[in-house]
Amino acid sequence: MPFWIKRVRQPEMFSRVWRFYRDGFAQMRLGRTLWKIVALKLAIIFVVIKLLLLPSPPDEANQQQQLQNVLLKQQ
Amino acid sequence: MYETLASVDWARLQFAVTALYHFLFVPLTLGLSFIVAIMETLYVRSGDEKWKRITRFWMTLFAINFAIGVATGIIMEFEFGTNWSNYSWFVGDIFGAPLAVEGILAFFMESTFFAVMFFGWDKVGKGFHLLSTWLVAVGSNLSALWILVANGWMQYPTGMAFNPDLFRYEMASFWDVVLSPVAVAKFLHTTGAGYVTSALFVMGISAWFLLKKRDVVLAKRSMVVAASFGLIVSLYVVLSGDESAHQVAQKQPAKLAAMEGIYEGEKRAGIVGFGLLRPDKQIGDKTSPFYLDITIPYALSLLGYHDINAFVPGIDDLVYGNAEKGIRPAQERLDSGKIAVGALADYKAARKSGDAATATAALDTFNAHVGDFGYGYLEKPEQIIPPVTPLFYSFHMMAGLGFWFLLLFTVTLYLLMVNDITRHTLWLRAALLSWPLGFVASELGWVVAEVGRQPWAVQDMLPVHIAMTDISGSSVMITVFAFAAIFTLLLIAEVRIMLKQIKIGIEGGH
Repeated sequence: MPFWIKRVRQPEMFSRVWRFYRDGFAQMRLGRTLWKIVALKLAIIFVVIKLLLLPSPPDEANQQQQLQNVLLKQQ
Repeated sequence: MYETLASVDWARLQFAVTALYHFLFVPLTLGLSFIVAIMETLYVRSGDEKWKRITRFWMTLFAINFAIGVATGIIMEFEFGTNWSNYSWFVGDIFGAPLAVEGILAFFMESTFFAVMFFGWDKVGKGFHLLSTWLVAVGSNLSALWILVANGWMQYPTGMAFNPDLFRYEMASFWDVVLSPVAVAKFLHTTGAGYVTSALFVMGISAWFLLKKRDVVLAKRSMVVAASFGLIVSLYVVLSGDESAHQVAQKQPAKLAAMEGIYEGEKRAGIVGFGLLRPDKQIGDKTSPFYLDITIPYALSLLGYHDINAFVPGIDDLVYGNAEKGIRPAQERLDSGKIAVGALADYKAARKSGDAATATAALDTFNAHVGDFGYGYLEKPEQIIPPVTPLFYSFHMMAGLGFWFLLLFTVTLYLLMVNDITRHTLWLRAALLSWPLGFVASELGWVVAEVGRQPWAVQDMLPVHIAMTDISGSSVMITVFAFAAIFTLLLIAEVRIMLKQIKIGIEGGH
């Protein structure tokens, strides 16, 4: 291992990463509002838009057939 | 029944609304990330706590924009599947690869270092924190690279081969796609425009602080960074714009002719600096396209072809052909395209019936005409020309704004250097009022790129009405309004949160 990389024991490394994120989230002020907006937006995108507003795209076989029909009929 | 016009127009409008809203968030992410990285570098090098407060203030605004804008592009990927499934099948093998790389870079590289950038103050070393800030900036811009590679491929398809059994284009060379000159020019110019937009944003808000006489020292320092960065990147945008125009001249002559309102081609063609188009002008009618125009002589030949004597084809040349200049009439390409389409149908039928000899002959015919394949789906030659009016005005407004920004950055930097900018309230007001114009110019550039590619989804290969799913216009129409409402709410949220944060001020703590 190169001299400039400090050896960190694995359990210690995981707990340091855990504390890093835990403290970071705990100390957020504006970030809390932003995370609420992100969560709401993702819910709208993946639930309202994807499931309710947009019809399911055709599966692969249908896509190919549909394109074939369009390509060969529209001449 | 295949609903062509109404549904395709709604699908295009839906994609345009989604892309234009998405592109309000993107330029600020691209440029502000670098501006914040520069500010933090100044903090680390000088150890001056003022630079740290400045960095944290702009980093907070960056976070607001990032949080509100993140994932808004996903909706466009949904639309590829639902509204543009023919397109997705036809070219998905090529188009999908850069988008997948973008997803991996955006979600892993950016988000990893984003956490260090925001949670890491006082928890990691200064050097590692600075590295994380720079990596967020580089990661954001690398994400943009892949999106623009995909878009560049739509403007100039290369590195692919048609598979007649699957009815789709497949990637033949990844590097031809990635290193396409159009993709490279597009990346440099679009990201550069984002940097300019961000510099204007920082300069405008700093001007507001100076006009209010709040946080004066910190606002002045922010303005120095924004004006210096803005001046350098403005020059870079002019150069990359020149390369973009050069590529358009070579690869999309109809787009260039429409951008400049040129109907009759000419040698030593000039650039229209200012022009008022005649709305009644028709292709081939030999009347002047302008009520009035101010033209810079020779400039278009020089910039478009790097040769002052070069011939620049006009709309009439491209539609009706110009034998002297070796330009084929569009009708010839339409006829050739129909032969390709017929040959493909013959190939399919021969394969189905097991007639190998006929299949081979049909495939040979198809391959001989494959370059005109997309033209087989057009009805008349005039369709190859994109709409001139929106393209001409969008391009000229974008270019005009670009030169205003260059002047704005230059004069602001000069006034900052002589240290009396606070006395020039009129100029500070101009800087304040100019910050939204960066977004306007970016959006106009996108309009030029996308409207200028019409009637094609993929240049010369796939017209938009063929690219679309067989779906009713009414179902697309409902979602257009739903998307517009959602994006408007997001935009209102962003503006409100940003204004609140700006009012707290640079010294206010973040």
